[in-house]
Amino acid sequence: MAYGTFVELLVAAAEHGSLGEAAVAREAAEQGTTREAVIRRLDEALAVMEEAVAEGLTGSARSRSGLTGGDARRVATSAPGLAGAPFDEAIAAALAVAEVNAAMGRVVAAPTGGASGVLPGVLLAVARQVAAPRESVALALATAGAVGAVIAARAALSGAAAGCQAEIGSGAAMAAAAAVELAGGSPQQAGHAASLALQGLLGLVCDPVAGLVEVPCVVRNATGAAVALAATEMAMAGVEFPIPFDEVALAMGSVGRSLPPSLRETALGGLAVTPTGKRLGLR
Amino acid sequence: MPHQRSLFDVVGPIMIGPSSSHTAGAVRLGALARAVFGGQPTVADIELHGSFASTGPGHGTDLALAAGLLGMALDDPRIRTALALAADAGMTITLCESDLGEVHPNTARLTLSDADGNATTVQGSSVGGAAVVLSRIGDFDVSISGELPVLIVEHHDEPGVIAAVSALLAAHGVNVASMEVSREMRGAQALMVLETDQPVGDGTVAEMAEVPAVTSIRVVPAV
Repeated sequence: MAYGTFVELLVAAAEHGSLGEAAVAREAAEQGTTREAVIRRLDEALAVMEEAVAEGLTGSARSRSGLTGGDARRVATSAPGLAGAPFDEAIAAALAVAEVNAAMGRVVAAPTGGASGVLPGVLLAVARQVAAPRESVALALATAGAVGAVIAARAALSGAAAGCQAEIGSGAAMAAAAAVELAGGSPQQAGHAASLALQGLLGLVCDPVAGLVEVPCVVRNATGAAVALAATEMAMAGVEFPIPFDEVALAMGSVGRSLPPSLRETALGGLAVTPTGKRLGLR
Repeated sequence: MPHQRSLFDVVGPIMIGPSSSHTAGAVRLGALARAVFGGQPTVADIELHGSFASTGPGHGTDLALAAGLLGMALDDPRIRTALALAADAGMTITLCESDLGEVHPNTARLTLSDADGNATTVQGSSVGGAAVVLSRIGDFDVSISGELPVLIVEHHDEPGVIAAVSALLAAHGVNVASMEVSREMRGAQALMVLETDQPVGDGTVAEMAEVPAVTSIRVVPAV
């Protein structure tokens, strides 16, 4: 089993040298395989993420309904924007993967298909910014997975169970922790980054127009990536969130259970039932 | 939600979009149904319940179930055209909405048959991420996640069958991760479902088929 609490993960990180190494060691033990085999699998996932970013940035990925596609290219071609290069890159890549996902393309669920853009967007942009070696990026991906597994054990990872906070919120927490590790932050700082990201998306509802993983899901991957980057900046600067990540994750689960079913992927609330949302649904 | 078995359940699976639950999970359900049936059916009547019925078509749930029945992997780009490919392969698929009662919102029931008179009905749910649970095979309640290989043994309910099956697994170095046994009634038909850490080999299955009370054996690979 993956670690069920962030506290356990921190203890293991102290032993193994980093969150990523601790997560990989646990995975290798659980699957009866070697560290190298786990790294190889992480590397394969990274390659799929990179392919999805590249495909999305061409602007050719259109969703089946035609509601989404082309925005990743729009952002990428208008760069540099006001917030600077890694930010532009992360937003464009997050949109790219989400657009490919909506077009029935090949992605890595992170933690879900609908939220598959946040992690690659942030991870690949930060990796480029700090010129991280390939293996460090793979290890950071393991850190992201371990943080997601903690959320799964303490709350949920699906919009149907806990709203969009469980999908984009979890994706942002995973991405922020991974980014801090890549940027050379400590495991404790990675935990603060995960908390800072998840608290910023607490209560986010799942309200897909027409029940499709398109509006607002695609752009929410980009806004989720922005929250993850803000959390990363704060954590790297030494900002600490006073509530430990394990408790933030529990709070997310509890908020999720309090959300009415209309705001949990049923397309019966939020943006889905606005006049325009309903009109788009009929199209 | 329980502890994740693997990091790759969180950062993964590698899948065709758009939805881990309504697309990737549906491929898995189709693949599990195919494996339980024991091959490719020629007829598949699929009932969609709840969210599978209401938002399934927009997520390609129909395509994904067909892809699973054709034996495709979660990241096979041919999922996009799986219904047409099923027709080409001689599989007649019908889809309808159905109220399957007090079950998970993302549930499907698949009734599969072929020209040789084989027929199986299975029911399963996509329970979040791309995780699934096959909850019913024929008249038996089961709980199969597809994360580990599964051995399904139909047998007559009598003393010694469970011991004989588990002794054969032990002799071939197969470790049992979980096991459930259910029966229609005392002394009637029974079903044993075993999740195993290692795949069960053909030789083991052949030896198991020699156990007098055993009537059928299915090996369902992890999906």
